[in-house]
Amino acid sequence: MRPFFAGARDTIPMLVGAAPFGLIFGTLAIGSGLPVWLTLGLSALVFAGSSQFVAVSLIGAGAALPVIWLTTLVVNLRHALYSATLLPYARTLPARWRWALAFWLTDETFAVVENQLRHHASLQDGAHYWLGSSLAMYFNWQIWTIAGVLLGQSVPGLATLGLDFAMVATFAAIVALQLRERPVLFAAVVAGTVALLARALPFKLGLMLAAVAGVGAGMLAEAWSRRADLPDPDGTP
Amino acid sequence: MNGDLALALAGMVVVTYGIRLSFLVFGHRLSFPAWLERALRYVPAAVLTALVVPMALAPQDAIDLSLHNAYLPGTVAAIALALWSRQTLTAIVGAFVVFGLWRWLVT
Repeated sequence: MRPFFAGARDTIPMLVGAAPFGLIFGTLAIGSGLPVWLTLGLSALVFAGSSQFVAVSLIGAGAALPVIWLTTLVVNLRHALYSATLLPYARTLPARWRWALAFWLTDETFAVVENQLRHHASLQDGAHYWLGSSLAMYFNWQIWTIAGVLLGQSVPGLATLGLDFAMVATFAAIVALQLRERPVLFAAVVAGTVALLARALPFKLGLMLAAVAGVGAGMLAEAWSRRADLPDPDGTP
Repeated sequence: MNGDLALALAGMVVVTYGIRLSFLVFGHRLSFPAWLERALRYVPAAVLTALVVPMALAPQDAIDLSLHNAYLPGTVAAIALALWSRQTLTAIVGAFVVFGLWRWLVT
């Protein structure tokens, strides 16, 4: 099979997983009062699901522009790690390929492509495989966003039916599955508490504050637990 | 207002594309600090919890622990179902059912 199509094929499970979130995103954005152009623009140009959801909530609440941008930075910073991890495979590709593949870098494509490139594929095949995965994710996300927009428009008043709860439920479910490690749990508890206490701050600044406090708390907890795991310096049991 | 929204979008595009370009295009000049890699592991849990908690406990700005706040049982259901089923989608759909029923029956 041509590498391009192999990349798209190996991404199919990710397409299925992303579809409902694209649908929920489109519906929710329209229900929250975002214009259609902005909803489609977020999916077409930002193309980063979690930051799009956060943006809907921030824009809907009238957050200040720097808060929206900073939150996007924090939420999407993990892509820098993917970018760094994939660099060894992309180093010799022409610049236009690297600019293009970077635009379409997502959690899903990273997972599929990194796994493939680590094991095999010549560089040229690898680039086409990577592009196949990228474009499959991209068009899938656009289609489901549009479907969500159409759904949101055909059922006016979705917001008053409690559609905003879709976001709460989505985030709560995602977070619940991550809380098995104690430092992560600690980060979540601190972030939640700060967010609740700081919820009245203007421009949704409380969210930034809570995110920073939570990340700091997680790193502190990690440092403490690492110290607790060290052997006793005296060598006594 | 539309201008502000366009600016919000433009900034998000610049930030997100910039992050993705960072190493793939400018990698020879960068190195990824280890502390940042550790910090990133806590970002999803911190940000998502910071979004969820105020919406679940204070949907109308004031903390509301009464029976009239359907967001609270709905969120508890989402967490419980996620832990039980280990499937995000099951949890979302189930939580929506709880939320809808609660609104309809209790409030």
